[in-house]
Amino acid sequence: MSASIHDTARAGHGGGEDHAHHPSGIMRWVMTTNHKDIGTMYLCFSFAMFLVGGLMAFIIRTELFQPGLQFVAPDFFNQMTTLHGLIMVFGAIMPAFVGFANWQIPMMIGAPDMAFPRMNNWSFWLLPPAALLLVISLFVPGGGPAAGWTMYVPLATQMGPGMDFSIFAVHILGMSSIMGSINIITTILNLRAPGMTMMKLPMFCWTWLITAYLLLAVMPVLAGAVTMILTDRHFGTSFFNAAGGGDPVLYQHIFWFFGHPEVYIIAIPAFGVISQVIPAFSRKPLFGYTAMVYATASIAILSFIVWAHHMYTAGMPVTGQVYFMYATMLIAVPTGVKVFNWVATMWKGSLTFETPMLFAVGFLFMFTMGGFSGLVLSMAAVDVQVHDTYYVVAHFHYVMVAGALFSAFAGVYFWLPKWTGRMYDETLGKWHFWLSMVFFNMTFFVQHFLGLAGMPRRVPDYALQFADFNMISSIGSMGFGVSQVLLPYIVYKAVRHGAKAPQRPWDGADTLEWTHLPAPAPYHSFETPPVVK
Amino acid sequence: MRHRMATSASCVLLAGFPGLASAADRWNMQAPASIVAQDIYDLHMLMMGIIVVIFVAVFAVMFYSVFAHRRSKGHQAAQFHENTTVELVWTIVPLIILILMAWPATRTLLLLRDTSNPDITIKVTGYQWKWGYDYLGGEGEGISFVSALATSRDQIQGTVPKGEHYLLEVDNPLVVPLGKKIRILATGSDVIHSWWVPALGIKQDAIPGFVRDTWFRADKEGTFRGQCAELCGKDHGFMPVVVEVVSAEKYSAWVGEQKKMAARADDPNKTWTLADLMARGAKVYAANCMACHQANGQGVRGTFPALDGSKAVSGPKVDQISMVLNGKQGTAMAAFGKQLSDSEIAAVITYTRNSWGNKTGEAIQPAEVRAQRK
Repeated sequence: MSASIHDTARAGHGGGEDHAHHPSGIMRWVMTTNHKDIGTMYLCFSFAMFLVGGLMAFIIRTELFQPGLQFVAPDFFNQMTTLHGLIMVFGAIMPAFVGFANWQIPMMIGAPDMAFPRMNNWSFWLLPPAALLLVISLFVPGGGPAAGWTMYVPLATQMGPGMDFSIFAVHILGMSSIMGSINIITTILNLRAPGMTMMKLPMFCWTWLITAYLLLAVMPVLAGAVTMILTDRHFGTSFFNAAGGGDPVLYQHIFWFFGHPEVYIIAIPAFGVISQVIPAFSRKPLFGYTAMVYATASIAILSFIVWAHHMYTAGMPVTGQVYFMYATMLIAVPTGVKVFNWVATMWKGSLTFETPMLFAVGFLFMFTMGGFSGLVLSMAAVDVQVHDTYYVVAHFHYVMVAGALFSAFAGVYFWLPKWTGRMYDETLGKWHFWLSMVFFNMTFFVQHFLGLAGMPRRVPDYALQFADFNMISSIGSMGFGVSQVLLPYIVYKAVRHGAKAPQRPWDGADTLEWTHLPAPAPYHSFETPPVVK
Repeated sequence: MRHRMATSASCVLLAGFPGLASAADRWNMQAPASIVAQDIYDLHMLMMGIIVVIFVAVFAVMFYSVFAHRRSKGHQAAQFHENTTVELVWTIVPLIILILMAWPATRTLLLLRDTSNPDITIKVTGYQWKWGYDYLGGEGEGISFVSALATSRDQIQGTVPKGEHYLLEVDNPLVVPLGKKIRILATGSDVIHSWWVPALGIKQDAIPGFVRDTWFRADKEGTFRGQCAELCGKDHGFMPVVVEVVSAEKYSAWVGEQKKMAARADDPNKTWTLADLMARGAKVYAANCMACHQANGQGVRGTFPALDGSKAVSGPKVDQISMVLNGKQGTAMAAFGKQLSDSEIAAVITYTRNSWGNKTGEAIQPAEVRAQRK
């Protein structure tokens, strides 16, 4: 994957004279078909949603600060946990990585833009209405959806119109994801620069290629599942209604057939970012590139055949449980390969720890913890004890926050100099990392203990023996939330007052955007494709 | 044997944190009170042991690298990036560890799912937001009651101090005898609930329209507390499960007392007024009939017949009593004769004959039901 430094100047200024050709003001953003503009919008949107979802988490943790009902009613509490989940998964984390894909994939493979720029614009502009639907659902009679982000029936059938808002939001988000995926697949398969064979593809592009296929496979499944809820609710069908011959557990099977790959839809692009950052700051090529590609593909394929491990207590034949347990345990193998490869990449490197690397190492450490608690959960018998407890809450926040979110932070700091042409404040970046790391663990590590000791999830109130850890967790979450305000400030400060970034601020980074494009990357890059040797 | 090894391993782990070991329940699973819970506990400790070892090994390597291979220490980057042997080793070794882990995991799972030959069978029904218990078989057969949160609203709102078992106390706990195999049949009446008692190692979703089974055999006397584990709406956090495990003698005494109470409450010779029967019948209907025949008596077209305007309800009462007592072959209509008392059946039949559009005006007496029991 050693791209040659070649043709830098041409590719760099190629689009210079086109700068003035796009509309200015708000219409630039509404009409844009430029992958960089769209990437920026995705990232900003996702951060805004991250704040909205974070506000909901703040309400949840405030109520859980002490036993008893203090601030919100149980109904509203359930709406908060539901919308927090939906918004963070579909509004914050997924769009964040699509944002990275938009910015980076064309630059990393030497393409001028995404394959379908107009569809790209539409993929993005579907998101704000969907987010709006989710948020306004809170203000319709009966309030927002309160059946959990998994929207299990028959509870989801009992909800007011807020549920229908969520169902339509999920439809729209699904359309956006499918179009985004088609775009990413086509771009990677068709627009690679001459000489960039598949096995020279930067790891980030590989992970997105695999993720895009996952999205294509499962988003329609989710859309189908929620549509069946919709018709059960309003059109007299009984897909999930036992009284009409349906089966509520069928919904769970369909949902998790989407839901488990969804976990990897979030995690795999995060692996991709980490696979770019760790080699760059180790000044050493990624160890076991081929194995990494195969491991990622294996994880993706396995993710389709393990879904019912989310349903060990729903009741299924014991042979089914045994099968799903073995298949789930198997995922530890390719995941382990990835972790070992990252550690081997660092081994005997020449390491420096700028903010992106800090977040990457933090990711590695804590994602592995999330992986291990996942292994505990894979054991069906143990899962019977900890299923639907705070242990699970801790587990998936290690994977989603310390995993995906930290990797997104690593990506933002890593590529910010290329995007803006400015360096961010390294000291503040390090503060952001350390505060996030400490408060994250304060929030979520203790939740493992809560779950083991028997605290169920999605409860607004709890027994007295859980009080200490909940208080620690709540304080941690406030700290974590407040620390995140640093990110927009750091980005603002970099854009306004940052030192000018050199073309290649990280001497270990060797993909095309660093070797061929100046900083900031021009509005149109690689109109003439570079040649990769 | 494996038990003891795992337990001693857990002691070793906890010994590293003096002061924590005393409060182990706070930091770990609750003290097991059944063989399944014990197995799960041990399996978890075993897993934790293995995980800690692997974790320390992997991150010892990483942190060594973090400290030793820094550029600030002048470390030059090596340029190796492939080694097939190493790749194979770290694929195959974890695979072998997993296969070894699969053995105890499968054993525990098979034990957990072996619901054969129970001494006592109890049906657990999840309602929004309480639990219904029906003793279907074994000593105590026929006992039936509902169990709801006993913590006062004032404690929840914080106007009075919270009691020791805040949110984990109920009005009528489930009572079972020590050392007997209890089979639980879980079902839901409205949405999915999940019946969970951590110390007994049992958690089973209660799904409307379906029955799922699980079991436990308590090996300690005492009161064991759990909660609904599946989000079931507004008061999901307020429907605890309390199981009291008592000696065989005490259990027999309890059963006798329940039977006496039931008899007292339902004197089969009493003559009821229509209004009393209607009030009682509405409750019985809600608990037993509504899931299929619906609150409005319309049923579900094509699956569950309507009662409103039905000939089965407006026709001769002996036919309806027989239908309720014995069920209807080949349909979902269950035989309620074993589940409900004469008074309950009389009440619910009266209710259906005088609700919605049905206006027979008849009051069915328990004696009429008893006369038709075979």
